[in-house]
This record gives sequence, C-alpha cells and structure tokens, in this order.
Amino acid sequence: MSAALTDTPGGTRGRLSRAYLGMVAEPWLYLLPSLLLIGGVMLLPLAIGLGYAFQEFNLLRPGAAKWVGLDNFQDLWADPQFWRALRNTLVWTGASVTLQFAGGLGLALLLNTRFHGKKLVQALVFLPWAVPTFLTALTFSWLLNPVIGPVPYWLSGLGLIEEPYNILGNPDTALWGPILANVWYGVPFFAITLLAALSAIPSELYEAAEIDGASGWQSFTKITLPFLAPMIVITVMLRTIWIANFADLIYVMTGGGPANSTQILSSYIFTTAFKRLDFGHASAIAVVLLALLMIYAAILLAVRSRLVRR
Amino acid sequence: MAALGRPHPALVAGKYLALAAYVAFALFPLYWLVKIAVTPDRLIYSEGTRYWPSAATWDNFREVLGSDFLRFFGNSVIVSLSTAAITAVIAAGGGYAFSRFDFRGKRLVSALLLLTQMFPLLIIIAPIYRIVASLGLLNTLPSLIVTYTAFNIPFALFLMQSFFDGIPKDLEEAAMIDGCTRMQALRKVILPLTLPGLGATLGFVFTAAWSEILFALMLIRKEESMTFPVGLLNFVSKFSVDWGQMMAAGVLALVPSCLFFAFIQRYLVQGLTSGAVKG
Repeated sequence: MSAALTDTPGGTRGRLSRAYLGMVAEPWLYLLPSLLLIGGVMLLPLAIGLGYAFQEFNLLRPGAAKWVGLDNFQDLWADPQFWRALRNTLVWTGASVTLQFAGGLGLALLLNTRFHGKKLVQALVFLPWAVPTFLTALTFSWLLNPVIGPVPYWLSGLGLIEEPYNILGNPDTALWGPILANVWYGVPFFAITLLAALSAIPSELYEAAEIDGASGWQSFTKITLPFLAPMIVITVMLRTIWIANFADLIYVMTGGGPANSTQILSSYIFTTAFKRLDFGHASAIAVVLLALLMIYAAILLAVRSRLVRR
Repeated sequence: MAALGRPHPALVAGKYLALAAYVAFALFPLYWLVKIAVTPDRLIYSEGTRYWPSAATWDNFREVLGSDFLRFFGNSVIVSLSTAAITAVIAAGGGYAFSRFDFRGKRLVSALLLLTQMFPLLIIIAPIYRIVASLGLLNTLPSLIVTYTAFNIPFALFLMQSFFDGIPKDLEEAAMIDGCTRMQALRKVILPLTLPGLGATLGFVFTAAWSEILFALMLIRKEESMTFPVGLLNFVSKFSVDWGQMMAAGVLALVPSCLFFAFIQRYLVQGLTSGAVKG
C-alpha cells in the first residue's frame, strides 16, 4: 500500500487503482437510483415515523410537536379500542391465514395432477389475485347486502343466521365479511407458491414409494409434507405479516365499524392518521404492531431452522 | 403427485368436482359484479338477488363514462403507467447489479430491501404526508408516482434479478471480448432477452399501483386528481344507492387488471417465488 502512495499519479499503480475503483463503483452506480428512492421514501420516513411514536403530534391541534416519552404508549394501554383491535388482529390474521392456506394447499395439490383443460382452469382460479383490492372489498360488501346480494339468503338457508340480514352491520359477525373477501383474494397466492414447491419434489420418490406399497395418504404425509414444510413455514410467516398489515379490505368494507367491532391494528393506524390526523398515536400503534410481528417472525424462524436441520 | 396406475373413477369424479367448486368460488363474485352492472335500474330492487337478469342494458356504463369517472380513470392510468415504467427501468439497473456483480455490502443492501417488505407500511403514512405537504405536492399525481415507485422497487428488483440470472453471463462476456463496451453488450445482447422479464415487471407493478388505495386517500383529497379507487370510494359513500352505476364503474376498474393478468400469467410462479414477499 505504501508503494501506491509514493507512486506518481498516472503511473501504472495509479491507473490500476482507478480501474479498481471503477470496478467497485460500477454496481453501486446501477443500484443508486433504487437506493436513493428507498432511502428517501421508505427508510427515512420509517425513522421519522418511529420518532412520532414518542411525540405529541396532532395536525388538528396546532403547535409544534413535542417529545413526550412513552405517553402515547400509556394512552394505548388505557385505550379499550386498542385492545379490541389487538384481539381482532389475531382473529383476522389467524382465520385468514388458516383458510387461505387450507384452500391454497388443496388447490395446489389439484393443479399438480393431470386433467383436461388445465391451462384454462389455472387462469380462472388465479384470477382473484389480479382483482384490485378495493374492488374485491366493494364486490363482497355488495354480495353480503341483502338488497342486491345472494349471500345473506344462503346463510339463512343454511340456518347460520335467522333471517337474511347484512352480517357487516352486526358487530358480532362483521369481521367475517372481510375475512371471506380476504380468503377469496388470497387462495391463489398460496396455491401458486405451493405449486412451485410441489413441482420441485422429484417424482422418483413417489415411484419408489409406490413400488414399496405406500398408500396415497402415506406418500402425502411421508414425502409431500416433509418436503413442503420449510417452504410452508416461510410462506406462512411472510403471509401472516402481510395480512396483519393489510388494512384495505377492512377499511373499504366496514371502515372499522360498526362501533369499532372490525378495527384491526393496521386499520386503526390508518383511521387514526387519516381521520383524526393524530400522527403521534398512529405511530405508537404502528410501533406496537411492528414489535409483535418481529417477535412472531423470530419464533417462526427458530421453528424453521429446527425443521431444516432435521 | 403424478397419477400412477389407474385411479378409482369416484376419485376422478371427486377431483373434477373439487376443481369445479374452486372455479365457481373464484368466478361467482365477478359474475355478480357484471350481472348487477348490466341490470336496468328499474329492475334492481325487484330482481337484485336473481341469478340471471330478465333484461340487460348498457345504460349504467354509458352514464359512468359520461361522468367524473373518466377523469379518475385517466388519473389512475397516468399514475399506474408512470409508476410501472419508472420502476421497471430503475429496478432493471438494480437487478442487473445484483445478478452480475459480487460486491461488498451486497448482503446489507439485500437485507435492507427485505426489511422494506416486512414493516407495516402504514408506519410511514404520516411522515410521507408531512414530507409531501412540506414540498407543496399534496393533491398531485407525481407525489403518488414517486411513492408507489419506491414501494415497488424492492420486489421488482428481485424479480429482475431472477430474470437476469436466467441469462448466461457468457453471452455479454463474449460480446465484450468481441469489442463491445458493457453498454453496447447490454443494449444489443441482453436487452432483447430481458424484454419478457421487463414486461412481467411492468405488469406486476401496474397491477399493484392500480389497486393501491390508502396512500392515495391520504395524499389526494381534491376531486380533480383522484385516482380511480379513491373516486369510486367517494362515489360509494355519496350515492350508496346507485348500485348499477357503482358496479359498472367496478367492471371498468377490472378491465386493465384483467388485461395485465392475461399478460403476466405465465410469469406468476416465477414472480411470486423470486420475491416471495408480495401479495
């Protein structure tokens, strides 16, 4: 290195290091626009947003923001709406992920077999994934409306409700409306991901199992599931995080109502920021949600590393 | 699970039945949307829940096309197309760097990109609103374009990387040995091979930008710059009894998504597994 320092500029050594510098800089040059945008529009606001959680900051109440330490979190602790939203988040996420996964696994197993008209069927069953979420939300709130939708009549026909009314209007049942829409929208995603994993399982395994006299159920539990398990864990984890953060359907279908019965944490963040312009509280809720999701991810990753080692 | 041997006929029938159920589940809500959209106004209350309307009409579509929705539609097209185009170009650069170079800090950058997909995006809705307001860009389409571009870059970058990974490195090295600069090699050899990948990226990003609603609600409050979702939601809360028109507008919102879906269908599996992070 010391030789390079004493070299005259423009000497072999200097030219070499300039070429080396060029090589080091080249990938960064291609990455620069991406990094600038992500830094400026996502990471910097993320830092600012984390800061808001510790400030008293409401656009409707004039006056500069001031640091208040953990006050926002203390307010949350005493806020029954927050606890309600936390419980709803668990129901919403748990039910959506379970039903999407079950539906998606079934669909992927079906699509992984041979049958007539496969291309067409595949295109049709994946279509819900492409429908804009606001439209999914509106369509399902219309389907659930007894004036123009058939679903209330089906439910009362099945004896699930006494008379055909709108389940979105009843605080006890309203959350199931967005969950239904979410299942419809999310089954294709699970099916696509699991289908990709399924097609990666070597078919010799099944042939060998068949020769050894394994039943279909045995090859499913002894070959398919163990092969899919690591993929299932990571997909379920990412999906859970995504769904817990997914406020669009609930916001459009119920706005969190009736009487806050369908508010989940993420929709509560949005209504607090959007309707009340209370950025301090909104950010405090967001920080709680972020912390919960991080704990959840850490647990699932630990489970996954045990699965992979086995 | 390749079918070995002869499966029982009852099993085969069950399989087709299950497939039919999935298709019906996927299509019924969309059928209903279209059905109400073509039901004449006078029949909505008497036939609202009939499975097949006794008469059909284009009136609802005609009225929607003569209203503000045309402007909302135009705004959404501008926002979604610009977002898709800018994202594809920028992400192509990043994806190329990720695919072709080994450099210090690569793991860090990739961890940062993953991080952006994990945290609740709503955390930044308030700071973004503040920043956009202080720049005087509230109620403007560029504010949405820049925000959506940033949101979509991480996923698009991983997707482009997977497409570049599929193109042998030897191809451009051969071109560079034959005297091309890297730029020439890129333009003449790599770009034509990347076009399908660019197309898929455009499709994914367009679909995402077309359906985004929460940030659009926050940043756009004036009617003249509303995007389609915001306009439609506004319409729903104002005229919640005009079912036919709302659904006709809904059908129109569906059209671009379906076109792009038809186009990106082939890349779905690759797209969703390479990033594995995006709904």
